[in-house]
Amino acid sequence: MSQRNYVTLILILLLTAVTIFFVLPSNPTIPIINRSLSTHLGLDLQGGLQVLLEVDLPENQPVTAQQMQDAIQVLNERANGLGVSEVTFQTAGNRRILGEFPGLTNTQEVIAVLRQTGVLEFVDLGSTQLPEGTKIKTDYAQGSSTGQSTSPTAAPTATAQASPTPSASATPAASGTTYHTVMTGADLVASKISVQTNTLGNYEVAFTLTDKGKEIFKNYTTANVGKYLAIVLDKTVISAPVIKNPITDGSGVIEGGFTQQTANNLAVQLRYGSLPIPLKVAESSAVGATLGQDSVRKSEMAGLIGLTVVILFMALYYRLPGVLADLALVLYALITFALYRLIPVTLTLPGIAGFILSIGVAVDANILIFERLKEELRAGRTLRQAIDLGWKRAWPSIRDSNISTLITCTILFIFGSTFGASMVKGFALTLALGVLISLFTAIIVTRTFLHTVLDNLKIAEHPSWFGV
Amino acid sequence: MNIIGKRYLYFGISLLVIVPGLLALAIWGLPLGIDFTGGSLLDVKFEAGKAPQPAQVIQIYHQFSVGDPQVQSAAGDAMLIRSKQISEETKSNVISEMEKLSGGKVETVRFESVGPSVAKEVGSQAMLAVAIAALGILLYISFAFRGVPHAYRFGTAAIMAMIHDICVVVGTEALLGHFLGWEADAMFLTALLTVIGFSVHDTIVVFDRIRENSNIHRRLPFETVVNHSIVQTLDRSINTQLTVMFTLLSLALFGGVTIRHFVIILLIGVFSGTYSSIFNASPILVVWENREWRYWFRGNWKKPGTVLSSN
Repeated sequence: MSQRNYVTLILILLLTAVTIFFVLPSNPTIPIINRSLSTHLGLDLQGGLQVLLEVDLPENQPVTAQQMQDAIQVLNERANGLGVSEVTFQTAGNRRILGEFPGLTNTQEVIAVLRQTGVLEFVDLGSTQLPEGTKIKTDYAQGSSTGQSTSPTAAPTATAQASPTPSASATPAASGTTYHTVMTGADLVASKISVQTNTLGNYEVAFTLTDKGKEIFKNYTTANVGKYLAIVLDKTVISAPVIKNPITDGSGVIEGGFTQQTANNLAVQLRYGSLPIPLKVAESSAVGATLGQDSVRKSEMAGLIGLTVVILFMALYYRLPGVLADLALVLYALITFALYRLIPVTLTLPGIAGFILSIGVAVDANILIFERLKEELRAGRTLRQAIDLGWKRAWPSIRDSNISTLITCTILFIFGSTFGASMVKGFALTLALGVLISLFTAIIVTRTFLHTVLDNLKIAEHPSWFGV
Repeated sequence: MNIIGKRYLYFGISLLVIVPGLLALAIWGLPLGIDFTGGSLLDVKFEAGKAPQPAQVIQIYHQFSVGDPQVQSAAGDAMLIRSKQISEETKSNVISEMEKLSGGKVETVRFESVGPSVAKEVGSQAMLAVAIAALGILLYISFAFRGVPHAYRFGTAAIMAMIHDICVVVGTEALLGHFLGWEADAMFLTALLTVIGFSVHDTIVVFDRIRENSNIHRRLPFETVVNHSIVQTLDRSINTQLTVMFTLLSLALFGGVTIRHFVIILLIGVFSGTYSSIFNASPILVVWENREWRYWFRGNWKKPGTVLSSN
């Protein structure tokens, strides 16, 4: 027992050293695997970048409230798909969307992806080949996809708007010619869009067509072998392969010199559909915490005071094991914080609520054990027996109560991811992490500490040290 | 200590808290916060170095009976305030108060209405998720307690205690919403989820003792076993409750004004969670075991204790 105890103790000390390394702000990356470490705070606690997106259409062209709602939906889905957490979007006035991104790093690139309309077209080039990056005009008008579904009168307006737009001056090849769009990204099956690497190790986006798209594609490629087919995103050619054989199985890949990042961005855009309206960045500025900086500062202080009281209470009420539990609690906080930095978890107020609750859970496990221990001591058992029995008998209740909490977390997490309720997801994640870590610190770490002290300090073997 | 013997007293106390809250909910509803409803966005710029603290701006809004605005400071002495929909007149009043407070000109950069930042459906969907979670917990407890007779009763009683806590929290919020103008925002939803997590956790610890004791003391009446188990776990229940309360009380007393509603709702909910696991969940098991509802509506209904001793 004793030997094993020391092995565990050494492992715990090693773990402590590693977590301290992770938590120190002076260590931004983990050596060897080169993973960056940083604390992500949400908009409510830290603020971030506020971006005002404006509808990029002439003033006189109406935009419906429904279109704005759809656009927000797509923006949210894209942000989630890109793994940017805790972004909020809300309409501001009739033609603007206010987006807020926590933190200030790397947001420009994210915004660039988010605001791209994301209209994918398969365009018939005939016998001309166009280089990548060429801007072209097609007979598929931007915005007409929603025009068809919402009101029939909107479609002509959108077309009328799109046609007179002069093409960019840098694209002489395209001037004058309007190419025919064979089909659009709407004919792709959203769930079957994925990023893969081909045999040469280049990134590509694989897609599968709907039954309707499959039919169109089959007919078109059969009739046009040897011609060029351009894959066009937001009127810019991504690639223009030659049709070698008729494509009848309704699946294919998009190549275009992608990096993993750009391939993934394209996949995200295709998966969540195109924006019903084009958007431009009207302005962006740094904003403070939504909870107010002064309030956040005060609350941090208050949280520390609360934790100190908890630590004092445990030490005074449970004596020796209480002090050891406090040490375990500190280790618990260290591990949790290290994981937040590693995963990374964007910390928001809901997340902190989950954390506070999990501290309660961590302390509860120790309280359960210590109360049991005292009962066994009062029943006249020796200290060693009481310790073993205390842990053994408290275990079923710790197990069952924590499994129930984990069931709740799992369902809230699945729900939060499915409906894009990042707030609920953050809460579930921090609570579940807390429960798992607390099981380790409250049970294994506290017991190891206790055995170590008893092995080395004979004087500690007195019931009064245990509050009896 | 005889907790089980006074079970109807404790049920009564619960009803005394829950019924007014639910009535308030039925009559006045739950006022929703700007996260769910949208409202006005006021973007103002102060003279250099004269921007006030967000808490002071919240005070100004309160003066004009506009509850719980969300105030963000922004770069360059600017401030963004989201609040309930306010009129042009209220806005001018707010601006002039701000000028008085900061002692300088306050320029309106933008004043417009904004949509919700959290879809309203999130609230109802979260409740659906909680319902599914409750079902999962019910199944798990029935499985974990399979050694004792009527294991499903433990699961059901735990869920009933959870519903009790939801009612207390939502009812209190409805009352505070009507009388103090509190709004149920995204933070309230989080508080509610936290309370639900705590509630079940707390209940199971007491149930576990009942499970253990009913295997040891097979000959004792169920009531005695349950009462004994509650008393045995009382120290633990109170101490766990205290540690959570210490943190929350500290946040309520010394924390920022913007999280105060959140913390107070949590305090009420966590207290309710402990109360219901001691005074409701376990007594429900006894009521069920004795099938006491058979006596509820009889004229000659005596105190539950006496009915039982004749059994």
